[in-house]
Amino acid sequence: MTGFNLEETRNLALGTLAVGVAALLPVFDQGFYLAICVNIMLYAALCTAWSLFSGPTHLVSLATAAFYGLGTYSVGLGIDTLPYPVLVAIAAASGAVLAGLVGAMTLRISGVYFVIFTFGLAEFVRQVVTWLQTKFATAIGLYVFTDITESQIYWMLLALTAAVFLTGFLIARSTLGFALQIIGNDETVARHVGIDTARAKIVLFMISGAFIAIAGAIMAPRYSYIEPPSAFNPMISFLVVIMALLGGTRRLWGPLVGVIPFTIMMDFVSSRFPNHTMIVVGLAFLVIVYLIPNGVTGLIENARARMKGADTVAREKTA
Amino acid sequence: MTPAALSVRSARKRFGGLVAVNDVSFDLRPGELLGLIGPNGSGKTTMLNLISGALKPTAGEITLAGERISGLAPHRIAQRGVARTFQLVRVLPGLDALGNVMAGAVFGHSRAWGGEARDMAAALLSRVGLSGREHMPVTAMTYIDQKRVELARALASDPRLLLLDEWLAGLNPSELRIGISLIDELRREGRTIVMVEHVMDAIRSLCDRCVVMSSGRLIAEGGVDETLRDPEVIRAYLGDDDDA
Ligand SMILES: Nc1ncnc2c1ncn2[C@@H]1O[C@H](COP(=O)(O)OP(=O)(O)O)[C@@H](O)[C@H]1O
Ligand SMILES: [Mg+2]
Repeated sequence: MTGFNLEETRNLALGTLAVGVAALLPVFDQGFYLAICVNIMLYAALCTAWSLFSGPTHLVSLATAAFYGLGTYSVGLGIDTLPYPVLVAIAAASGAVLAGLVGAMTLRISGVYFVIFTFGLAEFVRQVVTWLQTKFATAIGLYVFTDITESQIYWMLLALTAAVFLTGFLIARSTLGFALQIIGNDETVARHVGIDTARAKIVLFMISGAFIAIAGAIMAPRYSYIEPPSAFNPMISFLVVIMALLGGTRRLWGPLVGVIPFTIMMDFVSSRFPNHTMIVVGLAFLVIVYLIPNGVTGLIENARARMKGADTVAREKTA
Repeated sequence: MTPAALSVRSARKRFGGLVAVNDVSFDLRPGELLGLIGPNGSGKTTMLNLISGALKPTAGEITLAGERISGLAPHRIAQRGVARTFQLVRVLPGLDALGNVMAGAVFGHSRAWGGEARDMAAALLSRVGLSGREHMPVTAMTYIDQKRVELARALASDPRLLLLDEWLAGLNPSELRIGISLIDELRREGRTIVMVEHVMDAIRSLCDRCVVMSSGRLIAEGGVDETLRDPEVIRAYLGDDDDA
């Protein structure tokens, strides 16, 4: 493996600095701002993890809630018997296994069928968990009592987001990243230069699923009572898609640009107009897909490219 | 006796009611340049697709240096050492010329990475006449230059068998001369090549042997001149002209 070049070193330094600054937040506020920043950090991790897979493959996954719920339940089921870090590891493993299974089943389907399949899967997992619980347990939910504080949840989510970024960064410099770039350009060419396209996609989906499940495991102590409708809430899947698309998935940090304003807006909407959140989400979805399909970062990049293009044209004209 | 570099045994491909490749058999010696010719729609591209794994044969067997490759996925066949170009040029629009060629070096038969892959790609770009344009976006290139990039990408895997699908088509006369001498160089360095081509001058000057297909069948095989004089071959081509 080659060393880091100048740009990579700069990005690593900037990333470390950003994490350092963000880590200071709970020192200044433990109330409203911390609460909203937990949400921002949660969606930053979820959207970036989602984009690891959906960005390069252009396959929209609505299975986020399934991985997230699996992570939440890993903690809910084991909290009385196993140490918390072990549960987080179990969550990651179950997320990866589920993603691997889904990947293997959906090898031959593409585009819109993948979207529907993943959505159906998330609902199916939720129904199975509900059924198991009514069949074998006394209550529909699980209590999660820990002494994990809101600040600690925030720090864990920050660490997770940093880990997702670092993973994305390392993938981009690996042969897997190069393979994905080629797959995104022309899948037929990818196969004919020797890339196992199915394997590349499955590996990526497993990484993404594991991270999303970890996010669920981190959030579990915050719920105190876990039940299928909240742990496997399909709204999570939709919000992740909307925020990631709003920011744009062409760059690793693209989703962040969508997450921050959208989480703040959703917080405002759900406190002021709690009955209208679905309408806002639906409208936001339409606006984003119609007006900014490549997200805000895509808009900025295109504008930059156009300026550069205009530049060269101007130069050629004067030359 | 060493096994044939490529051996196609009764290969057949059926698309619904149409048999695009109908029990075709031929062999290729190591280092041989074989011309695969025939009228439009005779099944040449389909034959290449069967060899490269883009399509799975309905029946028959294809072996590369004695090992069966028919039925394998295209990426496995590429890793075994089969590289190809496409009849309608396929470059990777989001990558520069160097990236396009590196794609061939990293995953296929040669498996280079990092600086090694970059050096290989740069050397191949200069070999096909594109030195100094490593970082040019391929979408800004002319058709022949895109074809050069595609050829360099195929060569970057150091293939044991190279498949060219009408690589010379669409070139103007001076480009054609350059293209022919490029393929001639590959032949002289001992590459094993199957070349689908309509440009007869190229077939005559480059190929050791040729195979003629018509309506999915192999109708003639042998030295270039004798094969092109074969009455059935002449009929196939003229018949095609009548239809057109
Ligand atoms: N994927 C496909 N599905 C259905 N028919 C096909 C397909 N590919 C080729 N064909 C048909 O097979 C025949 C041979 O095509 P092709 O191999 O492209 O001929 P050539 O390369 O000799 O011009 C044509 O009739 C073509 O329409
Ligand atoms: Mg053809």
